[in-house]
Amino acid sequence: MSIPEQSSPDNALQRDRQGLMATLARAEAGEIDTVLALLAPLPSAADLRPPEVGLVMLRGRTGGDGAPFNLGEATVARAAVRLADGASGFAYRLGRDARAARAAAIIDALWQDDTRRAAVEAVLKPVRARLAGAAAQVRAETAATKVDFFTLVRGED
Amino acid sequence: MYVAAKGGEKAIRNAHALLGKRRRGDAGLPSITLDQIAQQLTLAVDRVMAEGSLYDVELASLAVKQARGDLIEAIFLIRAFRTTLPRFGNSRPLDTGDMLVRRRVSATYKDLPGGQLLGPTFDYTHRLLDTALGGEGGEYPVETGSDAPLAMPRVTDLLGQEGLIEAAPQDDGSEPFDITRAPVSFPVDRATRLQTLARGDEGYLLALGYSTQRGYARSHPFVGEIRFGDVEVVLDVPELGFEVSLGTVQVTECQMVNQFKGSAEVPPQFTRGYGLVFGQCERKAMSMALVERALRWQELGEEPGSPAQDEEFVLSHCDNVQATGFVEHLKLPHYVDFQAELDLVRRMRAESPAQMKEAAE
Repeated sequence: MSIPEQSSPDNALQRDRQGLMATLARAEAGEIDTVLALLAPLPSAADLRPPEVGLVMLRGRTGGDGAPFNLGEATVARAAVRLADGASGFAYRLGRDARAARAAAIIDALWQDDTRRAAVEAVLKPVRARLAGAAAQVRAETAATKVDFFTLVRGED
Repeated sequence: MYVAAKGGEKAIRNAHALLGKRRRGDAGLPSITLDQIAQQLTLAVDRVMAEGSLYDVELASLAVKQARGDLIEAIFLIRAFRTTLPRFGNSRPLDTGDMLVRRRVSATYKDLPGGQLLGPTFDYTHRLLDTALGGEGGEYPVETGSDAPLAMPRVTDLLGQEGLIEAAPQDDGSEPFDITRAPVSFPVDRATRLQTLARGDEGYLLALGYSTQRGYARSHPFVGEIRFGDVEVVLDVPELGFEVSLGTVQVTECQMVNQFKGSAEVPPQFTRGYGLVFGQCERKAMSMALVERALRWQELGEEPGSPAQDEEFVLSHCDNVQATGFVEHLKLPHYVDFQAELDLVRRMRAESPAQMKEAAE
């Protein structure tokens, strides 16, 4: 397998791409399909690496902040594609959905095209909003279970 | 005399068909779906992921279904499955300090930054069976509070700032030992213990942890903190040259704070035991932390002699897949072995008729 060298991207662009890949990793397969459908027509995509499922060993840190140890593995699906117009895209997602990984890799490749980036970001907006909303809901529901201590009686006369 | 015997294929085939039918149960009832198992038997699924040592909710749900709810059988299925897949790499260590917290309590500090968040817990329930659940279909309204994101430092970080608790062992950049890749030989380092305990049997670790509280390797524990929630998984991807977020997994972390250790160089400070487990497995994380601390007796200059301190014993027997394999193999045919022992006992009796006669009288 040969994968072209990435040109060293400037930091902001790389950070944005990491954000994109994080969103695509968390999106549901159906959401990824919807995003792709909204971006049509699409250039054809060839596999740089056939989509595949494997494992990543997840590590923890002793005491939460110390030396690492191997906690256990997780399933991961990954894919790498190259679009007919040249850009290559990658995806790594927890789980075993190789088809969704390939679709995510196509979106990653489209995003790297300056002329398409804004469109990709626009159709991803609802996905980002859904993910942010789900996290906010967890925080709000958890916050309602916060213990408010109060003093019943003080010891002095 | 040696007798080779063969047979049972048809019986085995029919037994497996019958197992399938019994697993399905009454065909007039709907088959339980994997989503239903994942959503409604979540803690069973979490345990299968933790002890199967493979994070995949859908696979663990399938294993629970296929194993008819026998969690050790389900764990066995998961362990077997993981051997079929290649490994892409090792994640960056999970940052439990940066967690979407779903539950977080401390038994040592009442007013800690971020507060005590009970989350979805069985604690403080009355353990009364709720007969209404037998035929349910209701809504479950919950209250919501302010979701303002609060910094939630680990309790050990707070104690650590004052130097009142020992620091965690430093990350010197070396690769941690991996028990799934290399044979273990004792004694082992702390990383090896933690990996072994993280996939160890909950019941076994619970019993050993309990023993340390009852006086076998006393270490005066407090729960510094338990937190459960979602943490990000980050992988360095060589072909990209930067790290990529793969999504989130749920873990339970327990920081056990224990009694003191000091020396000529270091003033007395609290010591710690650590537990980290996939899913919401609080009992397991606490037990792990107790046992992890007990195993550190030598490093901390404590008296040995209790079962939970015996590293080789604890770690060699905590894997329920290995344990069930060896225990359950006893039910497989041992006809020839037994025939040999039968012959032996007959010969012994024949050779000592006098003793036999005495014994009979």
